[in-house]
Amino acid sequence: MEPSVFQGSYPVVRKTACAKQIYDFTVHCPDIAQTAQAGQFVHIKAAGFTLRRPISICRIDREKGNIRIVMEVRGDGTAQIAQTPEGGMLDVMGPLGHGFQLLEPTETAIVVGGGIGVPPMLETVSHYGKNAAAILGFRSASAAILEEDFQKAGCQVVLCTDDGTKGKKGFVTQALKESLEQTKPSIIYACGPLPMLKGVAALAKEYGIRCQVSMEERMGCGIGACLVCACKTKRPDGETGYSHVCKNGPVFNAEEVVF
Amino acid sequence: MAGLGVKICGVEFKNPVIAASGCFGFGQEYAKMYPASVFGGISLKGMTFEERQGNPPPRIAETPSGMLNSVGLQNPGVEAFLKHELPALKGVDTVLIANAAGSTVESYAALVERLSDSDVDMVELNISCPNVKQGGAAFGVTCESAASVVKAVRKVCKKPLIVKLSPNVTDIAAIAQAVEAEGADAVSLINTLLGMRIDIKTRRPVLKNNVGGLSGPAVFPVAVRMVWQVASRVKIPVIGLGGIEKWQDAVEMMMAGASAIQVGAAMFYDPYAPIKIIDGMNQWLDEQGIKDVNEIVGTVQPW
Repeated sequence: MEPSVFQGSYPVVRKTACAKQIYDFTVHCPDIAQTAQAGQFVHIKAAGFTLRRPISICRIDREKGNIRIVMEVRGDGTAQIAQTPEGGMLDVMGPLGHGFQLLEPTETAIVVGGGIGVPPMLETVSHYGKNAAAILGFRSASAAILEEDFQKAGCQVVLCTDDGTKGKKGFVTQALKESLEQTKPSIIYACGPLPMLKGVAALAKEYGIRCQVSMEERMGCGIGACLVCACKTKRPDGETGYSHVCKNGPVFNAEEVVF
Repeated sequence: MAGLGVKICGVEFKNPVIAASGCFGFGQEYAKMYPASVFGGISLKGMTFEERQGNPPPRIAETPSGMLNSVGLQNPGVEAFLKHELPALKGVDTVLIANAAGSTVESYAALVERLSDSDVDMVELNISCPNVKQGGAAFGVTCESAASVVKAVRKVCKKPLIVKLSPNVTDIAAIAQAVEAEGADAVSLINTLLGMRIDIKTRRPVLKNNVGGLSGPAVFPVAVRMVWQVASRVKIPVIGLGGIEKWQDAVEMMMAGASAIQVGAAMFYDPYAPIKIIDGMNQWLDEQGIKDVNEIVGTVQPW
């Protein structure tokens, strides 16, 4: 079998800070970029730490051999990774997991992102261009990221903040409901906090629209061998059991997930 | 090129590096990076007679130079293993070791009996999993209970039998002697050390199971000490594991008395660690003018 997952030390060709504790890296890793798909993730080593940190892929540039990741500092490990300067090297393993299932670009899609769940939606929305709408939610204006990138992707962008300091005041689920009242897309994709995903999945069910969600869990190997990143799901036979975010996910069909 | 082959209980391994149970799934996952045949052997994910769902997440936590896990023996059960997992490993040039666990003496015996008729090459009896409420480590912590389960399993086991020992005991060598007396063909050690971490913001344990097994480089000196103690008190081969991440660790473990070694947690941060260990050992043996890796086993000269 030809290798389809790679690990190595790759150069950071661009780094910017895009909000408080959120960093935007472009990494030159042609082998990873070549096979990466929207919604997949990479597993990044933090110097001095045992476990790699899973970070979703935001954008894939196969021609240049680059991937873009937008990550949030959550603890000591991610803080260590975030210190890597432009021109420095990152130890990256990937691409990993199952990404979003993309329909024909002529179909219509709504992507819903919440907080640090916004970045993985960018590659997805780019596939649909003007046939997509993005509903992006943040705590407040200071935490808002990637708005321009989504606009450049050609989609309609609805921005929501919890405190109303930018865009609509309120949760993305409210904006999604308003949108679904007007027009039904072929598919909904979502990534963000668990309550948000649960709300999006419920709306998709109510309106009878196909929905895929990207899940998160503390991870070990990242490749399906260690079984730590358990996520409760429904099997085809109706029984529930633990699937694994790194192998079966991170993207699941919403109706499979037991929230 | 030095000879890297080792023979344990009559089974030939092309090199002494074995994938540790629970860290290499059923041998398919890392095939996206390199073939499983690089290993001398692979110890497959611990299985039980019936399917087990395992513990609720989070099941993993970072620790200084290591990690805690509380998977809780999630596995599809032996019939699903024989039907779906084992056939996929047919033709892979490596020794296949089935890791077997149970909650009663009878369930261990029933599982091993079923495995005995399959194409696995060896059985590794897991009497040391710290993450299950019944059975598991409970059998590995006294000489009497360890002996009782090995005795029952030995009667039905037609494959070479390795017994994987728990480090959460007062005298691991006494347990090793007890299982040797009941017919174990080899012992492997150490399984994980029981540990715990607490999130000081929420005052909740990081693991949903509250406690879990510690592995990674942090446990390596404990493993070396235990392998050394066990190797001096049993005649059967010892397989050493616990925190091995580089070829120097593998050499050290073999000098302590291990006839072969297993690599586990290291693969999570360096997926190519096993290949680097095999290449590194090979080169070191050549530099030392040692023609056969077996020559270094147990060669530590204690003060």
